[in-house]
Amino acid sequence: MRRNPGALFVAPALCLIAAFFLLPVAASFLLSLTDFDIYAVADLANLRVVGVRNYVTLLRDPLFWVALRNTVYFVAVAGPLSIIVSLAAALLISATAVRAKGLFRTLYFLPVVTGLVAIAVVWRYLYHPRFGLLNAALGLVGIGPLDWLGDPTLAMPAIILMAVWKNFGFNMVIFIAGLQSIPERLYEAASTDGAGTVQQFWRITLPMLTPTFVFVGVMAVVGNFQLFAEPYVMTQGGPAHSTLSIVLYMYEEGFRWWSLGYAAALALVLFAIVLAVTLLTRLRARNVFGGEAGPATGESAA
Amino acid sequence: MTRLRPLVHYRSVMCLVVAALALTGCTGGAEPPARVVRFWAMGREGEAVQGLIPEFERRHPGVRVRVQQIPWSAAHEKLLTAFVGGAMPDVFQLGTTWVPELAAIGALAALDTRLATAPSIPADDFFSGSRDANRIGDTTYGVPWYVDTRLLFYRSDLLARAGFDAPPADWRTWAAALTRIKEQAGPDRYAILLPLREWQPLVILALQRRAELLRDDGRYGNFRSPEFRAAFSFYLNFYQRGLAPSAPEGQIANLFQDFGAGFFAFYISGPWNLGELAARLPPELQDDWATAPMPAPGLVAGLSIAGGASLALSRGAREPEAAWELIEYLAEPATQIELYRRTGDLPARRSAWQDPALADNHHAQAFWTQLQHMQAPPKVPEWERIAAKITDYTEAAVRGDLDPDAALTGLDRDVDALLEKRRWLLDRNAHHQEHQRHQVEEIGTPAGAFNPTASRYDSRRGLAAFPQTATPWCPWCSWW
Amino acid sequence: MMHRARVPLLYAALIGGAVLTMLPLWWMIAASLMPTGEANTFPPRLWPSRVTGEHYADLFERLNLARYAANSVLIAVAVTAISVVLNSLAGYAFAKLAFAGRDRIFRVLVAALVIPGQLGMLPLFLILRQLGLINTYWAVIIPGMASIYGIFLVRQYALSIPDPLLDAARVDGAGEWRVYWEVVLPVCRPILVTLGLFSLMGAWNDFLWPLVVLTDGDMHTLPVGLANLVGEHVQDTELMMAGAVLTVLPVVIVFVALQRFYIAGIMSGSLKE
Repeated sequence: MRRNPGALFVAPALCLIAAFFLLPVAASFLLSLTDFDIYAVADLANLRVVGVRNYVTLLRDPLFWVALRNTVYFVAVAGPLSIIVSLAAALLISATAVRAKGLFRTLYFLPVVTGLVAIAVVWRYLYHPRFGLLNAALGLVGIGPLDWLGDPTLAMPAIILMAVWKNFGFNMVIFIAGLQSIPERLYEAASTDGAGTVQQFWRITLPMLTPTFVFVGVMAVVGNFQLFAEPYVMTQGGPAHSTLSIVLYMYEEGFRWWSLGYAAALALVLFAIVLAVTLLTRLRARNVFGGEAGPATGESAA
Repeated sequence: MTRLRPLVHYRSVMCLVVAALALTGCTGGAEPPARVVRFWAMGREGEAVQGLIPEFERRHPGVRVRVQQIPWSAAHEKLLTAFVGGAMPDVFQLGTTWVPELAAIGALAALDTRLATAPSIPADDFFSGSRDANRIGDTTYGVPWYVDTRLLFYRSDLLARAGFDAPPADWRTWAAALTRIKEQAGPDRYAILLPLREWQPLVILALQRRAELLRDDGRYGNFRSPEFRAAFSFYLNFYQRGLAPSAPEGQIANLFQDFGAGFFAFYISGPWNLGELAARLPPELQDDWATAPMPAPGLVAGLSIAGGASLALSRGAREPEAAWELIEYLAEPATQIELYRRTGDLPARRSAWQDPALADNHHAQAFWTQLQHMQAPPKVPEWERIAAKITDYTEAAVRGDLDPDAALTGLDRDVDALLEKRRWLLDRNAHHQEHQRHQVEEIGTPAGAFNPTASRYDSRRGLAAFPQTATPWCPWCSWW
Repeated sequence: MMHRARVPLLYAALIGGAVLTMLPLWWMIAASLMPTGEANTFPPRLWPSRVTGEHYADLFERLNLARYAANSVLIAVAVTAISVVLNSLAGYAFAKLAFAGRDRIFRVLVAALVIPGQLGMLPLFLILRQLGLINTYWAVIIPGMASIYGIFLVRQYALSIPDPLLDAARVDGAGEWRVYWEVVLPVCRPILVTLGLFSLMGAWNDFLWPLVVLTDGDMHTLPVGLANLVGEHVQDTELMMAGAVLTVLPVVIVFVALQRFYIAGIMSGSLKE
């Protein structure tokens, strides 16, 4: 203990991480080079090392492209939408004239802490074409009953809506922190200069929030690419594969059919995509991210 | 001061940790002293069978049965996961179409010896279709529990209103009846419910047409055959003419409520719904529904799928004797009748049908004939995946994303890809057998430890020819 | 900056937003208290015609939900307790103690943050199966016992511990373990509570991994049990809503009680210290 307390302190955590996270990740790579499937589970002699064949099959697999398209659709729409809604909520709450900030903040944040499965179950009923609340509300303004979870063009928007509802509170809190860090005197100076509220928003608020935007944006992208539980509970990837996400596809191939080799290849491709996106963002925002000196880069989705 | 207080506070955290760790050693509650048989049952039977257990425990003191109920939608997945994870139950229910797959991977114990010495389970007391579905090659892997032959459930009052006083017996009359009912029902209601996730109705229609779903000993898909095409068109017709809603399962908030409300008049389902409908529909509607065998395409008697569920003994069961006793008990005619009373599931034991409970039930008697004509879908381990592909392509065709020919071409292509491993294994096996034959002919002795009569992979016996290796991570261990 | 006239508008927007946000949760609770069949009516009701607890009773008596809840509690508490200790140990060490390769290892860890959790899931399953741990609580607890994000959070915070404070304790003769236990932990309490909350909520709400790894019904956690129930009882809307309420309620209560820490933790994680 005297010799190297630091090493001893980190040892348990590092060993666990190495054994149960890093090692499996490396093994995943190896697994993706084989055609490990249920036959191989029964008898390892049925295993074939197939090199990159899984990746070739993947690139030729129409379902993979469908899953990729769906996932990108989700990321491209849910991300910005969530950011806009959370920014709006943050602006509303941060307005100085508003009291009971804490109450509203709690209420808006509540969906974040609810479990995804329970919420997906609830929303599944909310989306029911005949008995669901959403269609009832739409019916009040004359919009006909929509088959949210049964229509391939509506299913992903339905999931996006639910995801935004669930997660906007989280980003809202981050935006609130960001807004609080903007010095008040900037606004005062602009007021005396005669700038209106809208101008102040565009000229002061948004630019000052850039680091927050980047942070929230990267987290959103990384998290949203891992879309799984919502389609799993609500639509099982349907209808007509319109809500099949990459992770859901990986789960189906891996844990439903036990084509572990192919599933590992899927997981690795997903990782490569996420990595590419993250690196791209980092390169573009390098002056904002300065390692320790800048905002913390907590990439994993909470 | 601030130094002491946190110590106490965090000590209680440590106590919590220790307690939590200690608790993880328990599997909950005091362990029963007796032998425990773990039994996985699915769906409706999962609930109903709990009522049958006390009698079994009474007859076998010292044996406790732990029943776990699993929804059908997750059952296949859970069985495979349990197998891979080494956490299989002792006895489990499984769909008869899963027997080839689980046998191939070595999850099922062979039951021939046990059956031969079990006086209470004579082989010929089962329907031949069920018996056959549980045999892979010369080995029996499951004991039929109940038979599921899909039936028509229909609203007799709506059918009568459409001008038909008897259930349709052939496809043409059936189509006519559905069209008429739809005309009367209007745009918001339907004539028949055909959930897009279910493959059984389409496969039944195909089997009735005598379609061979796979060719070449299960090596390739055969979905472009004229017979399958015909069944496929007939099936698609229901959707295209608005007779069936094309919404997925999730839209039906309450199947029974909707049936009672007349949202649809026909439904193809299994005998378990006999019990459900009797229980869930209001009394005033009980005279308004009935069951009928599946209509036949024409002249030949309607064929149905040898579905249903079997009971299987896990190969790694911890209490195989007690587990087998449970299977024997559940296979007794008296127990089967009791199960029928609780769920409406039709007994697999023919002698059970003599019981007045069934003999006097006109709903059930409708199937006696049908049950004599059952056929199993192709007994390949990949069947469950193939079935999922069938539903995928059917859905695409129903939605108009693909025209029927393109759908069947795509289906064949995907199924061929799924069966690639099987082809490789069969070829490798054939190659080995050739090799062994040559060796025996030329040298006169089998090579090394190989027994030429027991090849590694035998398409008739499946991979279960060899038991699961104990240490799957060492490839050379499996060559013995 | 704000004109007087705008204030009511602001409140209207805020209240409207709150109503929209709370509506699904409200319906969930209301439906769970409705008599059977009432949740599937048109037009949908927001208020039960009569309040009944029969679905809750059903869940506990017939469907074993107490068992699922107990499993969830056990796993969540175990994961939280262990992970708080291990992550804080490592985080403090990375921040304040010197050892060979410290910064390099830390950089590797931060880089590894990008790796999605699902990547290692399949081999992890096979590894745990070799260890014979499938279908035990350990299978869920072990992967959650240490996390890179947790270490990162603690390290960020621990960097700001004034060194004189630690040195004073050392001068007093305390060994490193006591320094950690008696100085570092109390000082880090806010971040530890945040970390604990993250862990607790993450473990409680975790779905995919327990779904795969816990095969016995008796071992299921609440989310898995609920998903199972949906598979079986999708027509019993009210029953499902009761299950959802039970899954959601504990975490909401914990959150409301400790939200100060949780929100502070998120904010501190996103801002420069």
